[in-house]
Amino acid sequence: MKLLAAALLLTAAAVVSARSPHIAFVNDSAIQSATNPATLADFHFFSDPARQVPVKGVTPYRLNTPLWSDGAEKLRFVYVPDGQKAVADGEGLLKLPVGSALIKTFKLGARLIETRVLLHREAGWVALPYQWNAAQTEARLVLAGARLDLTTPTGQAISYAIPNKNQCKECHALSGKVVPIGPKARNLAAAWLTEWQQSGRLNAVPAVSVHVPLWEQRERVPVAPAARGYLDANCAHCHNPAGSASNSGLDLRWEQHDPVKIGIGKRPVAAGRGSGGLEFDIKPGDPAHSILYYRMASLEGGVSMPELGRASLDPDGMAVVARWIRGMKR
Amino acid sequence: MRMLTPLIAAVSALALTAPGYAKTIAVAAGADAQRRLQEALIVAEPGDVIELGAGRFDLTDGLSLDVNGVTLRGAGMEASVLDFTGQKGAGEGLLVTSDQVTLRDFAVENPKGDGIKSKGADDIVYYRVRVTWTGGALTTNGAYGIYPVESTGVLIDGCKVSGASDAGIYVGQSKGITVRYSVAENNVAGIEIENSRNALVTDNYVTRNTGGILVFDLPNLPVMNGGDVVLARNLVIDNDTPNFAPKGNIVASVRRGTGIMVMANDDVSVVGNRIDGNPTTAVMVISYPNTFEDPRYNPTPRRVFIGNNVIGRNGYAPQIDGAAQLLAAFGGALPPVLWDGLGVAPTALGIADASAWSLNLPAQAASFETARPAPLRLLPPPPTTLGIMPGAPVSLDARIGK
Repeated sequence: MKLLAAALLLTAAAVVSARSPHIAFVNDSAIQSATNPATLADFHFFSDPARQVPVKGVTPYRLNTPLWSDGAEKLRFVYVPDGQKAVADGEGLLKLPVGSALIKTFKLGARLIETRVLLHREAGWVALPYQWNAAQTEARLVLAGARLDLTTPTGQAISYAIPNKNQCKECHALSGKVVPIGPKARNLAAAWLTEWQQSGRLNAVPAVSVHVPLWEQRERVPVAPAARGYLDANCAHCHNPAGSASNSGLDLRWEQHDPVKIGIGKRPVAAGRGSGGLEFDIKPGDPAHSILYYRMASLEGGVSMPELGRASLDPDGMAVVARWIRGMKR
Repeated sequence: MRMLTPLIAAVSALALTAPGYAKTIAVAAGADAQRRLQEALIVAEPGDVIELGAGRFDLTDGLSLDVNGVTLRGAGMEASVLDFTGQKGAGEGLLVTSDQVTLRDFAVENPKGDGIKSKGADDIVYYRVRVTWTGGALTTNGAYGIYPVESTGVLIDGCKVSGASDAGIYVGQSKGITVRYSVAENNVAGIEIENSRNALVTDNYVTRNTGGILVFDLPNLPVMNGGDVVLARNLVIDNDTPNFAPKGNIVASVRRGTGIMVMANDDVSVVGNRIDGNPTTAVMVISYPNTFEDPRYNPTPRRVFIGNNVIGRNGYAPQIDGAAQLLAAFGGALPPVLWDGLGVAPTALGIADASAWSLNLPAQAASFETARPAPLRLLPPPPTTLGIMPGAPVSLDARIGK
C-alpha cells in the first residue's frame, strides 16, 4: 500500500515536471527515446522557453557566417550530456556524443516561429521541427511541416515553410545519413571554442588555420573568403560529393579549390529552366551571366536556390557573391 | 531466447517483402492532402503500402519518401492525381531517397521542378505512373518527368510522360536500368540515359518529342563513362516538336527531329527499332561538342552498333546549317545515320544495314563550319563485347507481378 502510494506520488511528480517550465536540467530520455516528443517542452532545454533562456548545460553559440533564412534571427544552442565531451575533429564538424542535441530557434521580429532540434540517438541523428503557437507558450512537433503567412524584417509578405522531417534530412544528409551542418570548428569563434573547452564540454580547442569570416565584417575582409563562407553555409550542405545535390557535380564546400567543381566554367547538368538560358554556373567577371547568381536572385519554384528555406531574396548574400564573381579574371 | 533471435530475424526479413505482414495506410483525396499524405510518407514502415484514393490531391509543396521498402500506390494513372499546380517550394513533386520503393498507378501533374526524382534509391520500380505538364510543350515546365539518379536497379514500366522541358524519362548516373512499355510524348527528349551503365530501353513509344531517345555521357560529373546500353524494338516516330528546352542545358542543342542520338558512351546497340518521320535524322552518333576540362572523361563514342532497324522516311527537313544544299546533294533526304566523324573508325561506329554520312569534323569541339560532309561507307560492325543482356535486376519484376 505504501509502495503504491509512493508510485502514485512519483507519477504525479513526473507529470508536474514535464509541464513545469522551471525544471533545471535537460530530459536526456526525451533526446534518446525512439518516440519523438510531441512538444519542445518535453526536452527541458529551456528554463524560460518563451524568452529562450536555456537551462544549465545548454550552451548558446553562433556561427561566423550562417545560413540565411528569410532574415529570421536564429538562436542556436548545443547540449552535451553530463560527464561527456564533444571531440574536436580538425577544422570540421565537432563530434558530438550520443545523447547530444543541437537546438535552433527561428525568430521573426519578436515572434518565435519554430525550433528545430537535432538529436543524437543510438541509431544516429534525428531532425525534428517544432512549431510555436500564436500565444508563444508551446512549440509542437510538426512532422509534415507547415506553411505560415509571415512578414520578413524588411517588410515582405512571404509564405514561410517549416520543413517536414524528410526535408530536414534533405539538407542534413551526408551519404544518406542525418548529420549536423553548422558547428564546424572553422565557422565558430576561437574564443567560444576556448570557453566551451574550459567549461569541460569539449575535449580540446581545435587548431584552425583560417576561420570563416564573421558575416557582419564581410565588407572589411577580402571578398573571396566572405563569398566562399557564404556559399559553404548556404549551399554546400547539398552541393557536396555526399550531399543531396551530389549528382550536379557542383561542390561549394569551403575546402574545395578545384575551379570547375566550384562552378567556374562548369556547365549545368540537370538544371532545367534553373539555368535561366545561361551556359555556366559561374562566368568569371560576369555575375549576370552566372547560373549560380541567377538562382540566388529568383523566387520561383524549380529555379530558386536553395530549394528549401528561402521565400525572399537575400540582398547581402547576393551582393557578396556578385562582387566575388565580378572580381574574377574573365 | 537464443532460439528466438533467428526467428525474429526471419520474420523481419519477411515483413520487408511479404505483403501479408505489411499494413496499408489509406490516404484519400480532399482537404489537407499535403499534410495527410506527407505524414503517411513519414510514418510508413518498411513493407507498408500507402494507398492513394481516387481523385485529385491539391499539393502546395514537394512530397518526399525516405523509408525503405514502401509502396506508394494509386487507383490508376488517370484516377489518382497528385496536382502540383499550386506548388510553392521544393525542386520536384515527389522525392524518393530510400531503397526498394515501388511507385505505381498514380499521376503527377504540373510540378514546378522535376516530376518524380529518386536519388540514391536502389531497386526502385516505377509502374504505370504518369507525369504530365498539362499546358503542353512550354519552356517554363519542369526539367525531368521521371528522374532516377545515382541509383542501382531501376525499372520503369508502363509509364507515360509529356511536357518535360528536358527529358520525359531521364535516368542519370545509375546502373542496372530497364525502361520499357512506356510512352514519352511532347518532351524535349523522350527518353534519356545519361552517364549510366547497363541499360535496356525496349518496347517504348516515343513521339512528338524534339529528340526521341538520347544516350549521353557528360564531363565533370561524379559518375561518368556511360555504356553497355541496348535500344531495342522502340517506336521512334514523328519526333518533330521544336526544341523548347531552356538554353544552357545540353538538350537545348538537340536538333528538332532527331530520332535516336548517341553522344560519347561505349558499347551501345541500336537494334530492331522502328524509326520513322524524324525530320533531322533517324540516328545521330557524335562526340561531346563542347570544350571541357576533365582528364577522366572520354568525349568520343566507342563501339556503337546500329543493327537492323526498320527505318522509314527521316532526314527530310534537317535542322542543320546548309540543309538545302545537303538535301540536294543527298537527293531529298539525308541518309539515316549521321556521324560527326570523330573517334576511331571502325571501332567508333558499326552499321549493319543502313546508309550513312559523316560530318568529318576535324577535332572534338570543332565548329560546324569546319565540317566536310560526305557519304559514309558502311563500316563492318565491331566485335560485340556485350556479354549479357543489360537491364534492371529480374527480381524487380516480382513487385509488379511479372
